[in-house]
Amino acid sequence: MLGKLTLDALPFYSWVAMGGAGLIVFGGFAVVALITWFGLWRYLWTEWLTSVDHKRVGIMYIVLALVMLLRGFIDAIMMRAQQAFALNSDGYLPPDHFDQIFSSHGTIMIFFMAMPFLSGLINVIMPQQIGARDVAFPFLNSLSLWLSAAGAALVMISLVLGTFSTAGWTGYPPYSGIAHNPSVGVDYWIWAILVSGVGTTLTGINFVVTILKRRAPGMKLMRMPLFTWTAFCSSLLMIFAFPALTVVVSMLALDRIFGLHFFTNADGGNMMNYINLFWIWGHPEVYILILPAFGVFSEVVATFSRKRLFGYTSLVIATMAIGLLSFTVWLHHFFTMGSSASVNAFFGIATMVIAVPTGVKVFDWLLTMFRGRIEFPPPMLWTLGFIVTFVIGGVTGVLLALPPVDYLMHNTTFLVAHFHNMIIPGVLFGFLAGYMYWFPKMFGFTLDARWGARSFWCWIIGFYLAFMPLYLLGFMGMPRRLEQYNVPEWQPYLIVAALGAVVILGGIACLIIQLAVSIRTRHERRDLTGDPWDGRTLEWMTASPPAPYNFAVLPQVESIDAFHEMKKQGKADQRPQHYSDIELPRSTAAGVLLGALAFLLGFAVVWHIWWLAIAALAAIVGTVIARSFDDDCEFVLPAEEVERTETRHHQLRQAAARWAADSARDQTADSPALQEQTP
Amino acid sequence: MKARGYLRAAVACGFAVMVAGCGLAEAPLIDPAGPQALAERNLLFTALALMMLVVIPVFAMTFFFILRYRASNRTARYEPDWSYSGLVDTIIWIVPALIVISLGVLLWNATHRLDPYKQLHTKEEALEVQVVAQDWKWLFIYPEQGVASVNELAFPSDRPLSLRITSDTVMNSFHIPALAGQIYAMAGMQTRLNLLADAPGTFTGRNVQYSGDGFSGQHFKAIAQTGEDFQDWVEQARQASDSLDADSYKALAKPSSNHPVTYYADVKANLFQDIISKYAPRPGPPSAQASVTPESAVESRNAR
Repeated sequence: MLGKLTLDALPFYSWVAMGGAGLIVFGGFAVVALITWFGLWRYLWTEWLTSVDHKRVGIMYIVLALVMLLRGFIDAIMMRAQQAFALNSDGYLPPDHFDQIFSSHGTIMIFFMAMPFLSGLINVIMPQQIGARDVAFPFLNSLSLWLSAAGAALVMISLVLGTFSTAGWTGYPPYSGIAHNPSVGVDYWIWAILVSGVGTTLTGINFVVTILKRRAPGMKLMRMPLFTWTAFCSSLLMIFAFPALTVVVSMLALDRIFGLHFFTNADGGNMMNYINLFWIWGHPEVYILILPAFGVFSEVVATFSRKRLFGYTSLVIATMAIGLLSFTVWLHHFFTMGSSASVNAFFGIATMVIAVPTGVKVFDWLLTMFRGRIEFPPPMLWTLGFIVTFVIGGVTGVLLALPPVDYLMHNTTFLVAHFHNMIIPGVLFGFLAGYMYWFPKMFGFTLDARWGARSFWCWIIGFYLAFMPLYLLGFMGMPRRLEQYNVPEWQPYLIVAALGAVVILGGIACLIIQLAVSIRTRHERRDLTGDPWDGRTLEWMTASPPAPYNFAVLPQVESIDAFHEMKKQGKADQRPQHYSDIELPRSTAAGVLLGALAFLLGFAVVWHIWWLAIAALAAIVGTVIARSFDDDCEFVLPAEEVERTETRHHQLRQAAARWAADSARDQTADSPALQEQTP
Repeated sequence: MKARGYLRAAVACGFAVMVAGCGLAEAPLIDPAGPQALAERNLLFTALALMMLVVIPVFAMTFFFILRYRASNRTARYEPDWSYSGLVDTIIWIVPALIVISLGVLLWNATHRLDPYKQLHTKEEALEVQVVAQDWKWLFIYPEQGVASVNELAFPSDRPLSLRITSDTVMNSFHIPALAGQIYAMAGMQTRLNLLADAPGTFTGRNVQYSGDGFSGQHFKAIAQTGEDFQDWVEQARQASDSLDADSYKALAKPSSNHPVTYYADVKANLFQDIISKYAPRPGPPSAQASVTPESAVESRNAR
């Protein structure tokens, strides 16, 4: 009846594991109790969970990302703590548990922190940047969100029922095969990735179609803001790369469930095929993550240098070049597999070629600052911290691209330090910059700048403390993923690295405090104008938060930095003669329902509960068919209501402008958000 | 200024203490003990130096621009619409491209020169050792001497060492950082690694590809010896009470952690080839299953 699921699945094997499970169960209950206490179920269901509004979907993605960031970070600090103590000792984690932690850390940070974060930011901002009212397929968008959430839920429930994978976030066979890894951990990993991977593929399709088909009149491709360009390139990569992951992980699932031999040691299996296919997805994935962050940096650096972005065309070409080249370098993840010198050299050179467009981007950002008027609010701090730190990661990346150097450094902590050096400053700093930059657009008030700056300094100092020692440990030959070690010289470095993790914990605490402080003082921090930073691109033309339709009248775009030009020509706040009805997508429960069913399907297959798997699959097919017959999926917002909303927004904007002018005269501003407005 | 000078001195001292005190100067990758590892390290340093041509300007520009063009500095030039210069654009494409081209030439040559499959030549002929990764230990078979050892790789320092590597379990990666780069060990296949030590010495080797519970303890001593010492070592192994036949191999191959150093006086003929060929596909007529020789063993490298 319950397949392999028995009472043994409960984590009684260690106190630490039980603590984790307890935290999940208790946290889940606490959230449910709070929502019930405040009577928020109906509000949540109608306004959020079933919403297909791209801004709401985006915000839910970001909430998911931030929650998973916490979980992934707890994994990280547990590993650092273990390694700081585990010189000639078992530490506090047995190998089997330590291995689950590094596997879930990587899986969570890539699939359930970075991916939702970027989908969230693109969702909220990209349609507004191109002057659209929504994404091309609003329901698909909601479905993608709930599939990602279902994948994340599978990872989380593995804390309570059964174990997670011990095969690392890459799940290399034959170790991840059934012969060497019979527990359900790898299955949880497989199904979390499969379910969320389908969501990501759909997201990619959705974004590409949106950008190609939904641009406002006059928004030619070469007038699109850089963030939209990077979102476009990243989405193309999702479409082309994710099928490789879906296929390879499905093949691993077939090996495990039906005893096939794609990747087994014997009977004609070949693990090298897995590793090739995995990285054919895996390398473009790096650029899927980092390109949107590059886009955020491009927006932030221009806005806060009060200057046009330098080398727009170069940046676009560089972005697309990186996207193309990202498919030509996968073999550099396994130079040590014994390929011939010519093959290794080819992929090594291809890898270094990517450094050229990346270098161009860095110079373009620097030249944007050149002869600007640079301000230093938190988004700009993240950007500057990124530029300096990312260059170091680029250098170590080029070093690893040299196959003979890679023979020495591969699988050591040098490699760990390198990719964290790309992903923390490159991806996470970018997304946090975007979060702080666009937060007023999402919620209508700004985030506290002091706590934002404190968070930045903790993160960057913590980053250097945590990862520079790992570079040095790589030179000392320390392999990654060691649960304990017998080399006393390593320990001081590992202690410093653990301290670094503690400082980063401070950074995370500052993020939470920043949010709390800002919510408490939200009335003083209101952004009435919709344009708190004197922005340059169209998303600053809408209200903060935007009306459901974003733009009452689609803007007419005449140049790059369209909104900046409109403001210069005094056309930014022009009101149309008359408003017309606007058609908007209707909320639907189908997305959240399909997500729940996909979770059930994954869970059932993990535990071999076949009747449930079949039932869930049938229900998924049934729901999709039923949804496709539902023609009533849009509603009309009457012109009068649009006009009322727009008039209110216009009045607020006028009031804010007067207020700003007054406070500029008195030099005493009542609102920090408005203060930003004064020249 | 003075305070900054002190700060700099303190940082320099701190760094020196860390480098010396915490063993970085003796780190196997900084202070290698064989020509292969040395060449690989030198390549790393050369590439690092070349890249400074980009890195230093980036750092300098960042800090200078932040200082000079901060909003509070109203004396700096402000050109809000300056966003393109053909000359600057060309430079920022060409300079990184030139550096990558020179690194590319360096890379192509170095990758061929330091191909781990390439036989090394000294006056003496190479010693061949067959390496088998097991859960969680390393087995070394000496076909020339007819002995075997677990978790101890002894070899004469005046002869190149030519390793044929396979795995009888999941994928492993064989790495002696002081002597040469690593190479994967995969079941049903063999990979190769050639290395040489400068002088007698003892070095740590490891599996660096995560392989399960006993992974942390899967290390061994690589002992480069004088010719006589190596002969003594072989004699000592020949005195061992155990020999490695099909049954004792099966017992050894069972998972074990922190396996003690063990010697085998005698090794079943073709054991290494048998370990590889037991993973060969079973179907097909028996005639198709030719016996596997070292040369015909499936190499992971399909290009040769």
